[in-house]
Amino acid sequence: MTSLDILAAAVLNGLMSGAVYALIAVGLTLVYGVLHIINFAHGAILSAAMFAAYLAFQAGVDPYVAMVPLALIFFGLGYGLQRLVIGPASHGDDRNILLITLGLSIVIENLLLAVFNSDTRTVDVAYGFSTLDLGFTFLALPRAAAFGVSCLVAVLLWILLAQTDTGKAIRAVAKEKLGASLAGIDVAHIYAVTFGLGAACLAIAACLLLPTYYVHPRVGNAYVLVAFTIVVLGGMGSIPGAIAGGLFVGVVESLSGLMFGESLGQLGIFVIFILVLLIRPTGLFGAKA
Amino acid sequence: MSVARAYGAIAIAALLLALLPVMVQSNTVINALVTAMIIALAAQGWNLLAGYGGQFSFGHAAFFGAGAYGNAILQTRYGINAYAAMLTATAIGAAVGAVIGYLSFRSGLRGSYFALITLAFAEVFRIIANATPFTGGAAGTLIKLQVSAANFQFASRAIYFWIILAIVTAVMFLMRGIERSRFGAYLVAVRENEDAAAALGVDTLDVKLKAIMLSAAMTALAGAFYVQYFLFVDSSIAFGTWISVEALLGPIIGGLGTVFGPLLGALALHFLGELAKAVAGRVLGIDLALFGILLVLIIAFARDGLQGLLTRLARLWRARRPA
Amino acid sequence: MTAPLLRVSNASKRFGGLLAVDNASLIVKAGGITGLIGPNGAGKTTLFSLISGFEPPTSGSIVFDEAEISGLSPHRRASLGIARTFQIVQPFAGLSVRENIAVGAYLHCRRRDEALDRAAVIAERVGLASRLDAPAAGLTVSARKRLELARALATRPRLLLLDEVLAGLNPSEVRDIIPVIKAFVADGITILMVEHVMQAVMSLCDHVYVLAEGRMIAEGTPAEVTREPKVIEAYLGPGAAARIASGAASHG
Repeated sequence: MTSLDILAAAVLNGLMSGAVYALIAVGLTLVYGVLHIINFAHGAILSAAMFAAYLAFQAGVDPYVAMVPLALIFFGLGYGLQRLVIGPASHGDDRNILLITLGLSIVIENLLLAVFNSDTRTVDVAYGFSTLDLGFTFLALPRAAAFGVSCLVAVLLWILLAQTDTGKAIRAVAKEKLGASLAGIDVAHIYAVTFGLGAACLAIAACLLLPTYYVHPRVGNAYVLVAFTIVVLGGMGSIPGAIAGGLFVGVVESLSGLMFGESLGQLGIFVIFILVLLIRPTGLFGAKA
Repeated sequence: MSVARAYGAIAIAALLLALLPVMVQSNTVINALVTAMIIALAAQGWNLLAGYGGQFSFGHAAFFGAGAYGNAILQTRYGINAYAAMLTATAIGAAVGAVIGYLSFRSGLRGSYFALITLAFAEVFRIIANATPFTGGAAGTLIKLQVSAANFQFASRAIYFWIILAIVTAVMFLMRGIERSRFGAYLVAVRENEDAAAALGVDTLDVKLKAIMLSAAMTALAGAFYVQYFLFVDSSIAFGTWISVEALLGPIIGGLGTVFGPLLGALALHFLGELAKAVAGRVLGIDLALFGILLVLIIAFARDGLQGLLTRLARLWRARRPA
Repeated sequence: MTAPLLRVSNASKRFGGLLAVDNASLIVKAGGITGLIGPNGAGKTTLFSLISGFEPPTSGSIVFDEAEISGLSPHRRASLGIARTFQIVQPFAGLSVRENIAVGAYLHCRRRDEALDRAAVIAERVGLASRLDAPAAGLTVSARKRLELARALATRPRLLLLDEVLAGLNPSEVRDIIPVIKAFVADGITILMVEHVMQAVMSLCDHVYVLAEGRMIAEGTPAEVTREPKVIEAYLGPGAAARIASGAASHG
């Protein structure tokens, strides 16, 4: 294998994990774009979704089969969480929302810890080590599937937002909350739908990650900071930005892992994150305190 | 509030707490009290920046860790005396606060963005501390056990408790002083409305920088003391999210932007944590899950925390008593 | 002739493709009240932001008391003696009236008791003495406007920029607050005010500037500028001046 092949393989691998990052980030950016809040519980919900997929697997349901039902269940959970907890408890204050979602993440994460302990678990699927031969490298089948499904979800989400009435209502609320409510849109409902969509994205991501990744009550944290980075990088609230950002970060991580080793590879992401936050003009950020 | 009342309440609370080790001699209890006091100190730091200044950090672990590692490394690698090392570590914490504060506030980061960037800094430090030999890598750093007052190592846990209590008390006096100073008024003005504050001649960047430096110093001192007490530090203790979370839970539960809030909150949290363990047995995470629920409930129903709850109860009590 | 207290020369401010203030100049002489009027969106508040330092000008100069200040931050200008109120009032909602005003008073005194005493004196002057310990969040619109005035006054300004302090008040509230503003002038404070309540402008201002679409289109005494055809057209649309003139002629 030439060094070019290694590089190409690293880029390809980066794109594969980047697609799942993008999916996680899309959920986050969607919620930000509409509700204008950063959902600090995003990582914990991902952990919960991975445990749900894990339990389904224990019950004999393949993660890929569990994907659609879990997405629906998590949509419902997300809807309820926003409608019944975050919305009413925050009294509409941004700082409260910040703390409520943080509180929720602590609750979810530690309940998982209480129920499942801090053991690291993995599932053993028949196709776990299947590969596709691309000539210059082998591509793990589950990763290729993750890439494909993430792209499909992105397209479906785009259709939902662009074509359906609910999608139009979501976009209207994102642009102008007051105007939308004057036009008869139930803003609290749309907020909850958006939050539900974000959670559904996480459920799908969880099913895609399960065959190749481990499950742990804090597993979502590893992804959530990456997702924040992607969202900031791609522009807060922008879905195409989140997809492009996700792929980019996946590749950067893969390449810096290749050059500096695994543990410092993560560092690259945070450094990008901090730099982006600092360098982007203040008008885009922090304008809304 | 008269000056005597403003400071007297702190002195009385400190004296009552100081009696605890005399009454209860269980090592477990004193141990829990020392930990609660360390958290109260770290939380007071967070309270200064967030409760008074309105800048919500989710990464106070960055300062706690700077103090913890600073103290440990100065002693083990450079053979510096424990007292000097703790002071220097506190100053290092303040310097880290100055750098993070300068970068973030200069860029105009507020609200969620400030929370995010502080979180990211803490995480960067954790990864670096976990990977570099200078900090002992994943194995962490141990301070050699050499019990002697000259080394700030004591055989009795009660002594540690009295020292940390004295520090917490001193910091509460300082906070009361800040509350009653021009700096304190400016800090609260910045929290309430930065533009209006600037229009009235407040140098908002300067106020926020001073606040984050002082805040970081307090939290770093807590970290330095933590290491001195447990004689061990690794990356997940020093820069882990647990301390960022506990530092903010304390004041929010106790009373945001109040002098007593962090102490009340830290004590309440530890009491609650022990209670949870007593009831549910040693179930992992159950205490933190409860804290999280408490956090949500407090924000939903009692924005002013335990301190506010107590004040309201006292008012009710006075109203009910026949005149 | 003495130098003016404030001189804005050829100031421009561009936001992306929008030229909000276009080569505007004005002079405020020490003492008295100067008005700045103009239709909505004319750039009045932007011009105020340039003077108070919340926005840097794209070009032009701002001279206060014979010193160039266009590079200074808002708090530096406040300590030089420029205070402003906000069109949308910005109280420190979590603080009491007294604490709100004390923040302004701290600019010239370090001690807390001094600042709080001064706050009480100023609250008295703007008619808020009875609400001294009330939380600012609970004030009525008219009391909030008074609080804006009080906080600005507490910084001991030499030049006070009032951005529509009368907007949102009913006629009797306007009548009550006008003497308060006049008393400031009697104390030697120079005022530059943006105002839509024309009656107040006519009765308070010695000199008026008219801004339309970012450009200064007229200046003079209130009576002079309201006769100016350009001003009438800026408010009522092209041709309005001629229509009014012919209407007046046919009636006359």
